[in-house]
Amino acid sequence: MPKTGIGVTVIRKEACNKVTGDAKYTNDFISVGILTAKMVTSTCAHAAIKKIDIAQASSLPGVRAIITGDNCSVIYGPLLEDRPPLAHKKVRYYGEPIALVVADNEFIASQAVFLIKVEYEPLPVVNSPSEAIRQGAVILHENLGSYKTVVEDVYPKPGTNICDQKQIRKGDIQKGFFESDIIEEARFILPQSDHIAMETRTAQAKINADGTVFIRSASQAPHGIKKEISKVFGLEEGKVIVEVPFVGGGFGGKASIQLELLAYMASKAVGGREIKIINSRENDIVTSPCRMGLEAIIKLGASKDGKLKAIQMTYLVDTGAYSDTGPRLARAIAVDCTGPYNIDNVWCDVLCVYTNHPYVTAFRGFGHASYTFCIERMIDKLARRLQMDPAEFRKINSLLPNHTTPTQVKVTESNFGNLVACIDKLKTLINWEEGDRLEIGNDKIKAKGMACLWKTSNSPPDEVSGVFLTFNEDGSINLNCGCVEYGPAMKTTAAQILSEKLKMDINRIYVNMDVNTKYSPKHWKTVASMTTFMLGRAVLRAAEDVIRQLKSLAAVVLRCPPENLEVEDEKIYVKSDPAIFLNFKDLVHGYKYNNGNSVEGQILGRGSFIMSDINVLDKETGKGKAGPYWTVGAQAVEIEFDKKEYTYRFIKAATVMDAGNLLNPSMAESLVKGGMCMGLGLGSRECFNYGPEGEVLDTSLRSYKVMHFGETPQYLVEFVETPQLDSPYEARGIAEHGIIGIPAALGNALSVAVQAELDELPLVPETIWRIKTGGVL
Amino acid sequence: MYSLKGKNIVQLNVNKEIHDVVIRPSDVLLNTLRDQLGLTGAKPGCENGDCGACTVLIDGWPVKSCLMLTVEALGKKITTVEGLKNVPIQKAFIEKFAFQCGYCTSGFLLVCHALATIHPYPPDIVIDEWLQSNICRCTSYEEIGNAVRAILSGEI
Amino acid sequence: MISFDFEYYRPDTLKEAVDIFLKLDKEGKSPVYYGGGTELISMARVGSQSFGAVVDIKNIPECKVLGFNADTLCLGSAITLSDITEANYFPLLSKTAGRIADHTMQGKITFGGNLASTIIYRETVLPLLLTNARLTVAGKNGLAEVEIGQVFKERLRLQKGEFLVKATIDKKFLIAPYFHVKKTKNEKIDYPLITAEGLKLDGYVRIAFSGLASYPFREANIENMLNDSSLEFSQRADKIVQALSGVITSDLYGSAEYRKYVLKNTIVNILETLKDQ
Ligand SMILES: Cc1cc2nc3c(=O)[nH]c(=O)nc-3n(C[C@H](O)[C@H](O)[C@H](O)COP(=O)(O)OP(=O)(O)OC[C@H]3O[C@@H](n4cnc5c(N)ncnc54)[C@H](O)[C@@H]3O)c2cc1C
Ligand code: FES
Ligand code: FES
Repeated sequence: MPKTGIGVTVIRKEACNKVTGDAKYTNDFISVGILTAKMVTSTCAHAAIKKIDIAQASSLPGVRAIITGDNCSVIYGPLLEDRPPLAHKKVRYYGEPIALVVADNEFIASQAVFLIKVEYEPLPVVNSPSEAIRQGAVILHENLGSYKTVVEDVYPKPGTNICDQKQIRKGDIQKGFFESDIIEEARFILPQSDHIAMETRTAQAKINADGTVFIRSASQAPHGIKKEISKVFGLEEGKVIVEVPFVGGGFGGKASIQLELLAYMASKAVGGREIKIINSRENDIVTSPCRMGLEAIIKLGASKDGKLKAIQMTYLVDTGAYSDTGPRLARAIAVDCTGPYNIDNVWCDVLCVYTNHPYVTAFRGFGHASYTFCIERMIDKLARRLQMDPAEFRKINSLLPNHTTPTQVKVTESNFGNLVACIDKLKTLINWEEGDRLEIGNDKIKAKGMACLWKTSNSPPDEVSGVFLTFNEDGSINLNCGCVEYGPAMKTTAAQILSEKLKMDINRIYVNMDVNTKYSPKHWKTVASMTTFMLGRAVLRAAEDVIRQLKSLAAVVLRCPPENLEVEDEKIYVKSDPAIFLNFKDLVHGYKYNNGNSVEGQILGRGSFIMSDINVLDKETGKGKAGPYWTVGAQAVEIEFDKKEYTYRFIKAATVMDAGNLLNPSMAESLVKGGMCMGLGLGSRECFNYGPEGEVLDTSLRSYKVMHFGETPQYLVEFVETPQLDSPYEARGIAEHGIIGIPAALGNALSVAVQAELDELPLVPETIWRIKTGGVL
Repeated sequence: MYSLKGKNIVQLNVNKEIHDVVIRPSDVLLNTLRDQLGLTGAKPGCENGDCGACTVLIDGWPVKSCLMLTVEALGKKITTVEGLKNVPIQKAFIEKFAFQCGYCTSGFLLVCHALATIHPYPPDIVIDEWLQSNICRCTSYEEIGNAVRAILSGEI
Repeated sequence: MISFDFEYYRPDTLKEAVDIFLKLDKEGKSPVYYGGGTELISMARVGSQSFGAVVDIKNIPECKVLGFNADTLCLGSAITLSDITEANYFPLLSKTAGRIADHTMQGKITFGGNLASTIIYRETVLPLLLTNARLTVAGKNGLAEVEIGQVFKERLRLQKGEFLVKATIDKKFLIAPYFHVKKTKNEKIDYPLITAEGLKLDGYVRIAFSGLASYPFREANIENMLNDSSLEFSQRADKIVQALSGVITSDLYGSAEYRKYVLKNTIVNILETLKDQ
């Protein structure tokens, strides 16, 4: 296997640790004397808390503290401060933390939890986003008007369940529909679902006598935790130290802050002793934030020749009981609301609404898998009405350079890539010409459906990443960065970029796998497929920094101008005569002359990056730029459907993505496939079922089903490479995107097979049967 | 009749070594391995038998250690991922990109290793059955399939 | 993590087991018999069951039998589902066992534990109901052999202190044409939406169900409808669906209406498949 640089398949740096049990995750740090904190959680989705009886639990030997909402006045939220870490007076979702027991060990803590009795007075529930905005709906947050907003662009509507509203106004919608020959309208329902990272969320905390707070957490946002803990509890930022070891999958679910607050409170309650809090799977599913639900009504018009003319959309984001990341999801949907298509007249309202469901946070694709299902179903419906090939229809409406997006950003080849090329390649890959519906006998139908995707980062406009480089005396390098390793091998990517820039063996680059905010430079959060872009840019700058220093020192030693020198293979050589060179190892800790005199000291590299050119969107029209670039792609799913049984199996799933430039081909393919597998799960089985009282019914992996081995299709993944000029080695982020179009492609394939409009998810056989037959025998 | 009440010191045979551990009858093997022996390769993912992250081998057969009492494992040979020493499946997992976050990996490795030992020439359906016991949320499973097939075919 | 203490006993004989169980019971320790423990551990963890002692029956030789005795197949209650599938003496039972939980769990779940489980499916009982199996039960008066129908009514109904030792099945059933259909919501490994299985014996089709109602069952009148040759297959299916409509459940895995649809199809398919056998 080649050792250096980009464009080659590189084995992830931590591979060996992960096949031997050496890789340590948060819970694998088990220290003697650590106490256990455990949550008592709500069994009602909406109720007043009449009484919490902790008497029996408190008297249990080994119980060190019990905290309830009454002992804590904090109210928290990353965008809108609406959530108490422990419910206060009222619970708003099933599974909400009510009390926290701190005990000597899990055994006692669990006993105490069972002994705490909570008395509720049930309140009427809001069990769907459309119920939430109905006239006379129960209001979840009476004090919405007095909640503090943390960012300038959330717009809560006091007296309603709307915690934010985003809108897009582009062109003239009335004119657009007037010019349309054909108009389709449909309604979509997508319930919430969960991340199901295999490692449940967990945190540890300790407070030293000098006030230093130490947090260890399974998180995608160590620096975010540091900032929030210090802000919420009024601590000096320098006194909050957050460590994140390996993380067992995140998918966005570990980008929010929840258990860390509770861990701090628990430790505080026992005089700063070290405590751990570990989500059971059941808590991880309902108590910690999940994936948003969505309801949508869409009206889409096109001319006879198949040009999209106008689109009007109302999206209701089910943010659950608290806002958390919901408003950002609403914004992300608004930004890319049309899908990657050129539509001049766009009217879009995205309401982020409270319900008595678990609250939500980021999830792989950041809202895109959800709205893409709606848009791509619409595109298929319209194509069929027009009797056009859905692939052709998508091609002729694709955004192209000089078009503008819904937020009126000008499309360029660099910032958008080439969707048409993706569609063309996809058609070959999936044998589109064969036809999308074939009767193959035995009541079986083979059907294909496709969907396009696009996504930009939706990151805050001022987020940073940073890198420190230090050298070992043998000339090898230590790369220290603040991004978390939870699966997509971003640390390996960083090493690849450095190895390419310094033209050195990647095996001589050592990357810190854990992150410690005390030593690692800040990296925003390891989310939004932005790590290669942000961290990569920081790595390049750090590399330039060490090259400059190395050259300047070597120039002194070799007595030549620095620009005559070149760096490669841990050497600095004279360009005109490579036989004249110095080794890194003779320079990196200072250069020592023969007589012992030494010059310079350690070479220390630093690279820093801040996002630029992103702005807050205009409140009225949505105009503005939400991310530096898009990643686009086209996906297809082929299924075999049984007409009699309403069951189906996956045959093929295909993706063609514009990757800009592939840095690590096998890894890229694997990430895309992982996303596709998750997308098949979302499309076919994953969701929360709610009871009539708003309780989540699927609280364990026994009933909440994810994809399993042997149920997956043949995966076909290919790439188009349209350079993104401002990205490290022209690469685009691809870590999330494999998921985005898959539920839609599945929905389209099944709708074709079944000959019914399947506009909800997940598409389990019963749902298909009910839609097709009306649910009558 | 064997019996156990309250906390006791017992001996476990783990990865070919005998270890003293203090257990109560209600302790499950997963916790004993992790908390007392520091063998954290076995991971909790659900503690309900659904995910397989806690899988270990008992006398060579995969068992979900979250649903086995420690006392049931006395006198049996327990193998955890830490006991796999350069077996082919480890190499195959690396070369075939069969993991990302790595959290499910120990469980999958042990199932694959047991399969290759017990059924060296399994038909596809048997591979499916064995590996369906575990969940991986990161990969597409195809990579894991490639890894196990690579060792079964002798490629690795 | 189980958050309460219990005592553990592993008797070596049937008598020891019953004696210790009754003694523990007298002492107020609420003992339970322990097979694979998979259900006991998971219910204990979430606090839906508690007990002061477990009596593990896996060391009792009579509970570990698996093989033939003259004209009968003997299946000990402590053999695992994997033992059943690996030996494969009774293909219908192997099929049933091979579709309960997942492969790894099958190595831990015991035959007796599944028959006695609280979870409503108890799928391994279906082959026993279909073959009029006999169950051997140990209790304070020693062993008793009973017809399955006498102790299994919706669930295993044993007296305090009694436990299941083994099941015996007449050899003639093992070679009869059979069918096994397990329909789930969507996933292969899941509780049944409907499990329907049966045998054809002397031209007569026997059928038993799990998942359809809140307990597994086999009913004579349903079998009569199934075998009513005066009716078309689909008419028989309709009749059965109607006859059962009172007991068919709605739950997370499927609505009653959908279950009826699936049931109807399943019955027609079964009749089609069996018609030439
Ligand atoms: C992932 C998973 C999926 C599952 N899917 C299915 C499924 O699809 N269909 C299905 O039928 N089941 C299913 N089950 C349930 C499973 O069948 C039960 O957990 C199992 O049957 C219990 O068996 P065990 O040997 O572990 O019993 P234990 O946990 O030991 O005991 C269960 C009960 O039986 C009693 N008991 C045990 N042995 C005896 C005996 N010899 N005599 C009298 N009483 C006894 C115990 O006291 C206890 O009340 C699933 C379980 C899991 C973990
Ligand atoms: S932790 Fe044991 S199966 Fe999930
Ligand atoms: S590698 Fe993350 S769960 Fe399998």
